[in-house]
Amino acid sequence: MAAIPLLELQDISLSFKGVKAINDISFTVGQGEICALIGPNGAGKSSLLNVINGVYQPDQGVIGFNGKSYRKMQSHQAAVHGIARTFQNIALFKGMSVLDNVLTGRNLKVKSSWIEQAFNIGRAPSDESTQRQKAEEIIDFLRINQWRNSIVGTLPYGLQKRVELARALAAEPRLLLLDEPMAGMNSEEKAEMSSFILDTQREFGTTVVLIEHDIGVVMDLSDHVVVLDYGKKVGDGTPDEVRKNPDVIAAYLGTKH
Amino acid sequence: MIYRESGQFVTTYGADRRIFKLWQQRWALYTLLGFAFAVVPFIGNDYWFSAILIPFLVLSLAGLGLNLLTGYAGQISLGSAAFMAVGAFAAYNFQLRIEGMPLLLSFVLGGFTAAMVGVVFGLPSLRIKGFYLLVSTLAAQFFVTWVLTQFGWFSNYNSSGVITAPPLVIAGYDFSSPAGRYLLTLGVVTVLAFLTRNIVRSELGRHWMAVRDMDTAAAVIGIPILKTKLLAFAISSFLLGIAGALWAFTYLGTVEPHGFDLSRSFQILFIIIIGGMGSILGNFLGAAFIVLLPILLSNLSANFLAGVVDPGQLENLQKIIFGALIIFFLIKEPSGLARLWQLLRERARIWPQRF
Amino acid sequence: MDFFLEVLTGGLLAGLMYSLVAIGFVLIYKASGVFNFAQGSMVLFAALTFVSLLERGVPFWVSFAITLLAMIVLAWAIERIVLRPLVNRPPITLFMATLGLSYIIEGLAQALWGAQVHGLDLGISDEPLEVGGMLLSQFDLFAAATAGALVLVLSLLFNKTRIGISLRAVADDQLAALAVGIKLQRIWMVVWAVAGFVGLVAGLLWGARLGVQFSLSLVVLKALPVLIIGGFTSIGGAIAGGLIIGASEKLAEVYLGPMIGGGIENWFPYVLALLFLLVRPAGIFGERAIERV
Repeated sequence: MAAIPLLELQDISLSFKGVKAINDISFTVGQGEICALIGPNGAGKSSLLNVINGVYQPDQGVIGFNGKSYRKMQSHQAAVHGIARTFQNIALFKGMSVLDNVLTGRNLKVKSSWIEQAFNIGRAPSDESTQRQKAEEIIDFLRINQWRNSIVGTLPYGLQKRVELARALAAEPRLLLLDEPMAGMNSEEKAEMSSFILDTQREFGTTVVLIEHDIGVVMDLSDHVVVLDYGKKVGDGTPDEVRKNPDVIAAYLGTKH
Repeated sequence: MIYRESGQFVTTYGADRRIFKLWQQRWALYTLLGFAFAVVPFIGNDYWFSAILIPFLVLSLAGLGLNLLTGYAGQISLGSAAFMAVGAFAAYNFQLRIEGMPLLLSFVLGGFTAAMVGVVFGLPSLRIKGFYLLVSTLAAQFFVTWVLTQFGWFSNYNSSGVITAPPLVIAGYDFSSPAGRYLLTLGVVTVLAFLTRNIVRSELGRHWMAVRDMDTAAAVIGIPILKTKLLAFAISSFLLGIAGALWAFTYLGTVEPHGFDLSRSFQILFIIIIGGMGSILGNFLGAAFIVLLPILLSNLSANFLAGVVDPGQLENLQKIIFGALIIFFLIKEPSGLARLWQLLRERARIWPQRF
Repeated sequence: MDFFLEVLTGGLLAGLMYSLVAIGFVLIYKASGVFNFAQGSMVLFAALTFVSLLERGVPFWVSFAITLLAMIVLAWAIERIVLRPLVNRPPITLFMATLGLSYIIEGLAQALWGAQVHGLDLGISDEPLEVGGMLLSQFDLFAAATAGALVLVLSLLFNKTRIGISLRAVADDQLAALAVGIKLQRIWMVVWAVAGFVGLVAGLLWGARLGVQFSLSLVVLKALPVLIIGGFTSIGGAIAGGLIIGASEKLAEVYLGPMIGGGIENWFPYVLALLFLLVRPAGIFGERAIERV
């Protein structure tokens, strides 16, 4: 918790057609931390991720990232600053191969222009090889080599989740937002995904904000837990602190899932 | 086993990017090109050049143009013929109004003009999606033909708006014979097909497919959506513009704005549906199909059904067959003839085994 | 000023015709999410079948009944052969399938009944009638009344009957509708048949005005901007959109035409629709969905 802050949300509010989805939320995520957002369905977790990387624009509040403050983010701008993410309902490019998906994740690292690529001149050939090499490293890292040339839409759900993580990692992000990376997985797959997330944090020093419903996984994995309920923050601290917080127990942990 | 791949290993990323990883496939392609360039001009007759090969090549190029926009970038368009018209009339005017303008340069400039018009009508694609975009491309279709008919300047004040091809001379060589027009068309189409193939397999091609498959996610990973879409419109219209110029200059010789009407746009859309969306080869297969089917039908009815099918009914029959084929392909093989060809190739690799 | 009003009412009444075609479009889009490009060829098919029967001496109402039956059979065939195998495919695929469909229906209509122009007399005189100091065509007033009646019948159908409630359920959420036991296929067939009926009415009115000929199927091209302006899911919007397009294209032709050249009717509706789209992407009456990721 004492780490230098990477992400600082201040008084973020968001509403849809008058319904408040997020109500005045502030919290800080330290550099290199794994931070979990938990809360019942409809608590505003996904909306909050959408605000952080600019899919939604907040009605009010300030997003601080890497020492700078932004009134609102645009998706493209967020990507340029080094924020990558995965989605609750997998948002891969279904008609493309695994390799192409991962390569597309590196789009901001490509140096050559499309004209150079069309004629295969200038920076294009070496650029393509560099990107390919980096992409292959990520593919190795997540152990999806054997599906490299498969069309993503034909892969099973668990693998698609992994490919989506690969695409996000390919961008070499500073902040990785994971929206229910383990939803619908069995315990073995969950363990595998958890180890990938931990490895990511250790090897690349990536800061992670994730949404997860499995409390066991959350408590094992994260350094920091933020609890939301009805668009409001009801708890914020280390897993142990949160576990003991009476408001949190009332709002979330106390109910059986 | 019709051909074998043992002993051929890919050792570099560059080699892995090739479409044809086996030497047999590359060799087949080079043989085909060599045959088309060096043998066909000597053995073909005028009917084959003018009625089959040239329209086939030009329509393949047009299909290629639309396929970039619709098959790769996922932006549906019913205005392809408009961009062909812009290319044709622009190339004609560059030839007409600039002394000593080289023929090939006028094609390129015609393409650029079409690209600019394409970008203008592609601008709404940032705010509107899917079917709504049809409105923009249909606006292009009707507006362009209207402008070209309404203002005489574009056709050099020809009373019926008809433009006529300039002499087809490149660096002193005359290409106006049927074989020459075929060679010229083949050369242009081959070069553009190779460039297009590079583009769709490069970063830009991936951006297009990303926007097609999931535009929200594409924006989130940092792909500039507007630039990507506009480039799709521009490059697509560039190819369509050159196809239009070829249509006017090497295929028909004379053309009027209504030669590029809505039914031409449909024809090009049908090429990519039948041939295969998101495929380079598919455009050639689809164009061959669309050129050959009417010829086949009229031959069949003349030879076997003489007296049974009224020649006037032939056109209706053709319409019904095309319509049925479109639906058939959409239901049974959405990736078109290109996919069937791929299956055939895979079968050939393992023949006589089945797996 | 009188001249302006006459152009305006003329345009509004022509716009009603567009609305009639657009209503068929809206019905199908609402129930099955299909953007039916074949609506125009359905209008052609209906009008051509009706007029050909009439010319062969079949009485008016019998011809009407037979044509209606033909449209129902057509709807059944479309549902069976085209829609059912394409369930769950992307909307763009379904749209292209209706392009193919329009080719088949046009080819079929002309193969069966020939390509010549048929005159159609519905027995309503086209004599101008003076209403409030303006000359209005009786026929146009009749067309307007028919359109009004049609909308009334359709809204009764959709709001008061069981099938109408099922239809609205399907329009709202196909999966949920399936889950509560609504037969999707049957709804689709009914909707396509009703759209065929609307197409028949539209075809008769248009045909009586311009003759029954191939160009009827091109009406679909005018219906598209109408839908853009009115929104794809609202019958009221289709009517309003039709009126707006009809009136503005006539006014543009009369007032702008002399300045920039005639024939702008062809593209003017599209440019207008495009401007609308840039300001209100979901049309006047359409609802904009919140994108969820």
